[in-house]
Amino acid sequence: MRTFAIAALAASAALSACSTTGGREEEADASDRAPYASTYAPRASTPTLIQNATVLDGAGGEFTDTDLLMRDGRIVQIGQNLSAVADATIVDASGRFVTPGIIDVHSHLGVYPTPGIDATSDGNEATQPNTAEVWAEHSVWPQDPGFERAVAGGITTLHILPGSANLFGGRGVTLRPVLGARTVEEMKFPGAPQSLKMACGENPSRVYGGRTSSPATGMGNVAGYRQAFAEAAEYNRRVQAHAESGEGDPPDRNLEMETLAGVLNGDILLQWHCYRSDEMATAIEISHEFDFEIAAFHHAVESYKIADLLAREGICSAMWADWWGFKIEAYDGIRENIPFVHAAGACAIVHSDSGVGIQRLNQEAAKALADARRAGLNISRGEAWTWLGRNPARALGIEDETGTLAPGMRADVVIWSRDPFSSYAVADAVYMDGALVHERGRRQPPYSDFELGQSYREGGQ
Amino acid sequence: MRILAALAFALALVAPAAAQTTLIRDGRVVTNTGAGVIENGDVLIVNGRIAAVGATLTAPSGARVIEAQGRYVTPGAFAAMSELGLNEISGSGAPDDASVEGELVSAAADVARAFNPAVSAVAVTRMEGVTRAAIAPSGTATMFGGRGALVAMDGGPDSIFRERAFMVLELGETGAERTGSSRAAMWPVLEAALRDAREYPGRYRSGQGGAVLNELDAQALQPFANGQGLFLVRMESAADIRRLIRFKRDNPQLRFVIHGGAEAWQVADELARSQIPVLLDPLSNLPDRFERLSARLDNAALLHRAGVPIGIAPAPGTVDAHQARLVLQLAGNAVANGLPWDAAFAAVTRGPADAFGVGDRLGRLERGYAADVVIWDGDPLEVMAAPTTVLIAGQEQPLSSRQTRLRDRYNPAGRR
Repeated sequence: MRTFAIAALAASAALSACSTTGGREEEADASDRAPYASTYAPRASTPTLIQNATVLDGAGGEFTDTDLLMRDGRIVQIGQNLSAVADATIVDASGRFVTPGIIDVHSHLGVYPTPGIDATSDGNEATQPNTAEVWAEHSVWPQDPGFERAVAGGITTLHILPGSANLFGGRGVTLRPVLGARTVEEMKFPGAPQSLKMACGENPSRVYGGRTSSPATGMGNVAGYRQAFAEAAEYNRRVQAHAESGEGDPPDRNLEMETLAGVLNGDILLQWHCYRSDEMATAIEISHEFDFEIAAFHHAVESYKIADLLAREGICSAMWADWWGFKIEAYDGIRENIPFVHAAGACAIVHSDSGVGIQRLNQEAAKALADARRAGLNISRGEAWTWLGRNPARALGIEDETGTLAPGMRADVVIWSRDPFSSYAVADAVYMDGALVHERGRRQPPYSDFELGQSYREGGQ
Repeated sequence: MRILAALAFALALVAPAAAQTTLIRDGRVVTNTGAGVIENGDVLIVNGRIAAVGATLTAPSGARVIEAQGRYVTPGAFAAMSELGLNEISGSGAPDDASVEGELVSAAADVARAFNPAVSAVAVTRMEGVTRAAIAPSGTATMFGGRGALVAMDGGPDSIFRERAFMVLELGETGAERTGSSRAAMWPVLEAALRDAREYPGRYRSGQGGAVLNELDAQALQPFANGQGLFLVRMESAADIRRLIRFKRDNPQLRFVIHGGAEAWQVADELARSQIPVLLDPLSNLPDRFERLSARLDNAALLHRAGVPIGIAPAPGTVDAHQARLVLQLAGNAVANGLPWDAAFAAVTRGPADAFGVGDRLGRLERGYAADVVIWDGDPLEVMAAPTTVLIAGQEQPLSSRQTRLRDRYNPAGRR
């Protein structure tokens, strides 16, 4: 850990230059901004030195009695007995734990916000099986009170997906849970790739089969994926041919095809809802036929059955610790799914898919870790935190920015009251880009306009 | 002759069990009684019941001795609300006895007639330390949600130990939706239904019929309407709870438990005075329904402090058939948000037993109580802890399930 120091100094010098421009993430003139691009700006922060913590770095390591220095939104140094920089806020974390901010790769906050009523049910454009043209960010309600609860649970990055009614549900977006944001663009994680949400299994065939339209079966699902990718490959060919030749009119814009072409080109990461191992294996065959990559299978309840295949293919599995039985494709869920995937050398991720679960993903990881050990697997706490740190960052294409604690990374940091693999642990402090965005016990009005002025809430919570 | 042989066989099955004596030695015994926690305590079990609890008990000759080695020894958890045993798989169009559809019956629905102790969720649940559960339908077409039952998790043919233990009564948003989409209709209909039930069978025999209930539902509702049964009332908002307290004042013979109560903290003192127990979800903190706008994480702590009897159960709308085992995690989170440990543990053991009227035989480690005893490898409210021994009525339960069979088949550590 001490060897980080030199690199950290260099990084901090480079970064402090950045801060003189006002701490804005994007210096570009607003008028030059591409439509829909991120306008996220970190909150103002002071240099902060956290001392004497047990650090789980999200990359597999655990370090005791360790300090962490953040400045200008980045981690500058991690090690023992660090000296404070001028004007640094010093936080004594003796007896407490420090981890990277948690990344949830599967959330519907904002698109299925609370309160959940007909008018706010914005997550599934279930009007046809291929709606690759829709973007989840255009359904996100930034005032969803769920964002504030998620931050209190240590979340600093979350990926918002459309629902799973369709074969192609649309594009997902990686957000910062910026409390008080007025636009979704203020929440968009700068530079994070979009995703495409696809869905295997029961959901699409139930939704459309029930309308006596395709897909009504598993084979109908696969035909739907293949036909769409075949068309996208052709669309891609025509777009590229026109770009190279410059002759004639370009092909008509087709938003659905643009998304699928983005997957084929590697610009858009594929997040595929798929429970059953055999269906994941078929999905992998499709990826080979059309030569695209799958970033992660989500709700991958049966990944433990094909962990070797997933390791070989380099595909992540986003999983619950113990959900099972709520439908036949979740029937073979076991509590050791996450650690069995991990043990095979594949990329294991703990995800929530829930506005409640997102508030305590640390406990989900804890359950999986405990069951791993009972099953005879030797997994450390540090390794287990990769399920909430490096691995979800990788699946979202932001592993160079967040998910791990290392010099130069975004200072997304949680101070836990105690070992976060405990039911009793709570996030005492959450930092996003070095700014304190949650402090346990601090009484303040709710960030969401929806909750403001509801008299019973004003008493604080 | 054949009958006699069968009888002898049945006796043979029961007799050794009935004679069984077990001493659990040197545990951290959580009694849930005035005796509190006994360090290095012993629990003596004879014939399925607790015979003694103390610091130094002597094993009777022939007793089986289980060394607890300082581990937690506790009453088994009581899942205060679930759909356990009412389906094998809840979705996918699989058969689901939890959901009662159509207008044929509502109050008369009786889950004791549907419970299947052989579903795989029972074994999955008990190996996590849950030994008893209250089960109820997920819903009916009316505000009357049907009759719930209390069941043991031993998976045996006699798992149901109290039929018709309570009547589910939806008196919040869900009840309103099912009654003209308005609370304004719901309460008058409730009052009319109670009259129908009290006047059963007279008004039905006379040909007058019920004002709102069919004959089957009126018959089923009658004992509850006469105060001989417990209403499990699903409601969340403070305004609804105040209405219920007022209704109870006018109908003192009726017995209520609230399930939900996300905003109960706002009326904690009134609830404490009325001594209506609340079965609440310590994770309920989102304004996901308008009746839960002021849900907050320290609801359990605030109610306990005010003297309201509490139990822990998943919030209405999140009750299921597969995850009743998570009640202990729920209780741990209540501790994280201010509820004292003893109160939290009681809220998943003694609290539900008391609320359902079986607190005289379940939920405590005390002489005469059913020997539902669990030994844990850690603090039972910690997510990383698990049972090492589970006894139900003195009988040791297998710590295996369909899930552990799958685990062992695919375990990379090589256990098969």
